[in-house]
Amino acid sequence: MSWRLWLPFLVFFAFLGLAAYQLTQPRDDVVKSAMIGEALPYFDLPPAVSEQPGVASADFSDGRPRLLNIWASWCLPCIAEAPQLEQLKEQGAEIVGIAIRDKPEDVARFLSQHGNPYARIGRDDLSEVQLGIGSSGVPETFVVDGSGRITYQHVGDIRPEQVPILLGELRKAER
Amino acid sequence: MIAELGLAALWLAAALAVLQLSCGALSVWSGADNEIAQLTRPAAILQGGLVGTAFGALLWVFGITDLSVKLVAMNSHTMKPLIFKLSGAWGNHEGSMLLWVTVMALAGALIAAVERRLPERTMQATLAAQGFVALGFYAFLLLSSNPFERLAQPAPEGLGLNPLLQDIGLALHPPTLYFGYVGLSVAFSFAVGALVTKQVTPAFARAMRPWILGAWTFLTLGIAAGSYWAYYELGWGGYWFWDPVENASLMPWLAATALLHSAGVLASRDALRVWTIMLGVVAFSMSMLGTFLVRSGILTSVHAFAVDPERGSFILFLLALYIGGALLLFALRAGSISEGERFSVASKEGALVVNNVMLSAILAVVLLGTLYPLLTEAFDIRVSVGPPYFNPVSAIFVFPMLAVMAVGPLLRWRRDNWGRISRELALTAALTIAAIGLLAVIFGMAVLPLLGLSFAFALGVASFLPLRGRKLTRVPLATWGMVIAHFGIAVSLFGMASESAFSEERLAALEEGQQTSVGPWQVRLDGVEPIAGPNWTALSGRLLAAYKGGEAVEIEPQSRNFWAPPQQTTESVLVTRWNGQLYAVMGGEGVDGRWQLRLWWKPFVTFIWYGGLLIALGGAFALVGRVRTDVKRRSAERRIAARRRDEEAML
Repeated sequence: MSWRLWLPFLVFFAFLGLAAYQLTQPRDDVVKSAMIGEALPYFDLPPAVSEQPGVASADFSDGRPRLLNIWASWCLPCIAEAPQLEQLKEQGAEIVGIAIRDKPEDVARFLSQHGNPYARIGRDDLSEVQLGIGSSGVPETFVVDGSGRITYQHVGDIRPEQVPILLGELRKAER
Repeated sequence: MIAELGLAALWLAAALAVLQLSCGALSVWSGADNEIAQLTRPAAILQGGLVGTAFGALLWVFGITDLSVKLVAMNSHTMKPLIFKLSGAWGNHEGSMLLWVTVMALAGALIAAVERRLPERTMQATLAAQGFVALGFYAFLLLSSNPFERLAQPAPEGLGLNPLLQDIGLALHPPTLYFGYVGLSVAFSFAVGALVTKQVTPAFARAMRPWILGAWTFLTLGIAAGSYWAYYELGWGGYWFWDPVENASLMPWLAATALLHSAGVLASRDALRVWTIMLGVVAFSMSMLGTFLVRSGILTSVHAFAVDPERGSFILFLLALYIGGALLLFALRAGSISEGERFSVASKEGALVVNNVMLSAILAVVLLGTLYPLLTEAFDIRVSVGPPYFNPVSAIFVFPMLAVMAVGPLLRWRRDNWGRISRELALTAALTIAAIGLLAVIFGMAVLPLLGLSFAFALGVASFLPLRGRKLTRVPLATWGMVIAHFGIAVSLFGMASESAFSEERLAALEEGQQTSVGPWQVRLDGVEPIAGPNWTALSGRLLAAYKGGEAVEIEPQSRNFWAPPQQTTESVLVTRWNGQLYAVMGGEGVDGRWQLRLWWKPFVTFIWYGGLLIALGGAFALVGRVRTDVKRRSAERRIAARRRDEEAML
């Protein structure tokens, strides 16, 4: 009996172990930003609506931590998270919005229907800033500290029970 | 009622698989000629009929859109055209697994009915193995994916079929692919049967060969159809993405191609015994592995099948049982199968061995690339393996294989000398070198397309060399099959190389009335209008496309919105000329009122699929040729036996 004849069996056995291990691992569908802990890249976005200013990376270096919300008027989960953003604003968070691939009139309609928690809103027509900070979809919310460094990323809509988590992250960013 | 009938038929078929397994195994255990052995073949045949009935029942409930059946309610809709209602039966997990066991049971029934060449003991072992494999899939269907499950409350309307799948390509692609996958299960069962009885003979290879040929032909068609479907339906302009799901169909094809050639050596020369058995096991293992990768969702793929880890575990268990079992049997038994005939390097066998090594190497390259992310993710590193790995690394083995393919068929069995075919060798080499030189000077193109075009050219000529000096009407069908299939490879390669070397792309934003150009085409946007179909509405662009200033053809690419289920798709339009295709995709409306258009000119791209069809045609020729020879040989043997009996009686 030759040991070589066992080779296919052993290779298959190794695959089997690997596949079984991977099957039991929780699937993680969240794409984590590689920019967490890094400074925001340079950008200067024009305003998404005429009444409010646009967003530039320079706005984030005044020592005050902020929430940076990536959203769009065409995004349904963004409607679902609107009340939570209001709540965050009422509890003292400053929220900066970036509207992804959007039109000014749609943005205005969305804000009049679902409320406007934003201090300023920039328009990112080609998702350049979105990709630059490592966001793969809408909505996503980043915590940016007073020196313009990203400290935390929240993927997906913000649920009511997640509001305290974000407030906690904001406080952490203050230190 | 019909659904319950289908379910009952499925349970009965599973029971018969148990009978087939136990009768086959018992008769192998106790020597084949007893009453128990008599039951094995009828069990397999009846099983085929029952599963056919179950599949018919599924087609029926989909045909009449019986919304009390959960699967229909989840995947169909009353407004769909009938052809897509029927093809919807296998456009989902449960239905496609039922199609799988149907094809498998029908194949099992066919061998039970017609295969009489092998020693009865090997045959019993083969049928037992076939029953054993089928049983696992019945269990999978009945326990975790029952296609006939009823809803407590019939649904008022179905959820619809994914619009990307409402296409004639889908109606044909999965069944052809499954005929291929499952045809290989027959080769697998033969291999296991031969391992059990240790009778690996030329007769065994001849019995197995038509099944490999049939499976291989269907696999070729299935891959070609799938690639063309992805090409025109997804609207991305590519025909092959090295996606795990595509690789899942390519790997069994590579293994089956190697098996086909090594079985040829075994049938003609009684050599490569153990290797052929190994490939028989590997080919079907690749089919099962593909099913596992696709259905478990363990790898990220652009093909969003309904994935479910629980089903993944079930298939992994089946994999462990069948592949693990067969490989264990191989490790224990193959050592005692005696080595076959010897041959010299310069011989047809020698060339076929090189071909087998190259094909196996390509298979290993694809397998490694496909599974690599699985390995690294275990260490929390995410990688994505794509064309930059697959293209150049597989090319290392593809080009030597093509060279052997051009030369190998000219060699004689057992022992030959290179001097005898020196003129043919020189011609092939000269053609290749001339083509490389010419193309490099004229176009200065990249290495892979350059080699591709040159080899395609040389192989295209060389594939006809085996016919030289022979009377064409006397050439056996199987040889014609080989010639056509090898020529098909050259044609397909030419299409791929030309597509990659000469394609032109244009992304344009046009106002109505404006025009743009791509390659030799002038394309004008005449207008955009909304139109409505049976279950969708669309924005349809009206384009006038003129080739080299000739008369314009009107084409209407669409951006479609389906409402059941809601989804947007692009309906690309292809204008096919003999020398290539214009490929047009309609995008959305830009902010400034201009319309986005994506245009490609792809010279000779259609040759990829013409080549695929030729390869399949070659397979079909060889299949018919082999079966005809077998039938003749058997009737001759019967006549000889009868004469001998007469002579003995006279004495």
